Amino acid sequence: MSAETPPTPAPDARVGGAGVVPRERIAKDLAAVPRVPGAPKPDPIIVADGVRRSFGGINAVDVEHLEVQRGAITALIGPNGAGKTTLFNLLTGFDKADVGEWSFEGRPVHGRTAARMASAGMVRTFQLTKALSRMTVIDNMRLGATGQRGENLLASLLPSVWRSQEAAITARAYELLERFKLDTKADDFAGSLSGGQRKLLEMARALMTHPTMVMLDEPMAGVNPALTQSLLGHITGLRDEGMTVLFVEHDMHMVRHISDWVVVMAEGRIVAEGPPETIMQDQAVVDAYLGAHHDTDLGDDRLLEDDVVEQYEAEAEAEEATQ
Amino acid sequence: MDWTRILTNVAGEAFAPATAAYALAAIGLNIHFGMTGLLNFGQAGFMLLGAYAYAITAIAGWPFFASVIAAMVAAVLFGILLGIPTLKLRGDYLSIVTIAAAEIVRIISRSTSLTSLTGGNSGLSGGDGYKESFESLCPFPDGSTTLWLWTYPNCTSNSWWLRLVAWVAVAIGCLLVWRWMRSPWGRVLKGIREDEDAVRALGKNVYGYKMQALVLGGIGGAIAGIFYTLPTSVQADAMGRTTTFNIWTILLLGGAATVFGPVLGSVLLWTVFMLVKSILRDAELSFITSTQSEAFSWMLVGLTLMLLVIFRPQGVLGDKKELAIDVR
Repeated sequence: MSAETPPTPAPDARVGGAGVVPRERIAKDLAAVPRVPGAPKPDPIIVADGVRRSFGGINAVDVEHLEVQRGAITALIGPNGAGKTTLFNLLTGFDKADVGEWSFEGRPVHGRTAARMASAGMVRTFQLTKALSRMTVIDNMRLGATGQRGENLLASLLPSVWRSQEAAITARAYELLERFKLDTKADDFAGSLSGGQRKLLEMARALMTHPTMVMLDEPMAGVNPALTQSLLGHITGLRDEGMTVLFVEHDMHMVRHISDWVVVMAEGRIVAEGPPETIMQDQAVVDAYLGAHHDTDLGDDRLLEDDVVEQYEAEAEAEEATQ
Repeated sequence: MDWTRILTNVAGEAFAPATAAYALAAIGLNIHFGMTGLLNFGQAGFMLLGAYAYAITAIAGWPFFASVIAAMVAAVLFGILLGIPTLKLRGDYLSIVTIAAAEIVRIISRSTSLTSLTGGNSGLSGGDGYKESFESLCPFPDGSTTLWLWTYPNCTSNSWWLRLVAWVAVAIGCLLVWRWMRSPWGRVLKGIREDEDAVRALGKNVYGYKMQALVLGGIGGAIAGIFYTLPTSVQADAMGRTTTFNIWTILLLGGAATVFGPVLGSVLLWTVFMLVKSILRDAELSFITSTQSEAFSWMLVGLTLMLLVIFRPQGVLGDKKELAIDVR
């Protein structure tokens, strides 16, 4: 299981290495951005206005204004049911908004189908990984390539039309698989991969489309901790290559490690924005959406000691009393 | 028991025109289900439309190939009609609509108001002249020929000429599917079969691909309808739900998503059916009449199918490894 060992340097290591330039430049660009919901960005790739989607009377998404900085890693966080994934589905064309307009790279794209969004350069992954199980890993990758001549019904019958392109696609697919440490699995069925490897495969497959923006829906969900560092490295790698990344995540450590900007959602609205170092100190965010103990490692044995348990119980009682 | 006669019958069934027709219909269904994951439960409707389009135009005096094209056009239109409302929805809707649409086609075509066109309840027979354009292309002399054990007419109705053309059509169908399965186009279909949202997220027009698959498989059904009716007659009730389920049985028996599965499935189903039927008839059992023996053969076929699905769900030719992957 070659992919289980972290193949790329941890993001912390990157800060002092090659990754330093993009991250610091983006931090400088975003330094002047006000820390308020819907803050305008110096170079936005997505600009959304008045996007609303309701399910049976409940506003799942009600975003007044949102801008996403080009070339940055933006994290979208918030409690369960905050509308993060719904907003994702709207932006990528997998769901239709009730009202609202948004543009991608300056062109209005609201109402476009998912396929057209993907061909426009905005490619996404899914919370529940969609590896095409009964296809080989390499076929998963080849499928990602765009503009294939052999994907035409009639042209597909004439291999001479598409054989050279297919060879180029395959070569690129192997390159990416190597980068994601999946090259030894190329001829296995995707269904035989581990959960983390499927995440890697989905990301690699998305890169086959040559995207300008990558949307990752909970990239860390269900991933073996040994693979987490490697996945983080790959995500920062996308930014370092000039791609814009927007991701939904629950894992606060990950958000702090790799994101350049954090957007916090709750009950469909954007309630806070800011750089990851300060957003966690935003009292409203901490109290309402992360919980006072968001920083605590639940696997920590110290939590089981009597005085700690008593202290938390007292806090919980006090909280209930105030409500 | 006359074993020579039984085995001759059974082996003759293996290359009968109806077996070829079922193989063609199953090849079409394989494009739907095996390659794309579309649950089409109305393949008999495509066969019926193809058969009627062919027969009606042939009676009107169209040349053979023009009539074949008419049958294909009918399948294309029917496929598009079915696909427009259903292909954007989840898969099961297509199966509901197709089974209903096939029944609509059958019931309309046998209705008395269409008797002048479709022959209504009694259908169209060779006497109406729909076989002439095909038989006039026959390169063989009149009369009949005996090859080894089998004697059939050269050109008329259930002929050697029909067997030749039908099996050439099956071969072309297999060749096309083989080519498509190994092409980027087939890869997109396979991706749609696995998870259409994933394919959509990669920028492919899933709706368009599903429509292409539905129409192509339907064309296979329409051509099958022609070869199914040329040895006998065009009868609406001969291509009903039972036909659809036989085609599904054939596909699953031979192995979905394989090139030769539909052909092998068709040959196996009809030879085994013939074998059981012939043995029962020859055994002259006191407690079972010949009508009952036919029904009993179907029961045995059904039992075989159940055992097959339980113990070899990938079919005879299917890839066990591919099926072993757990698909949620």
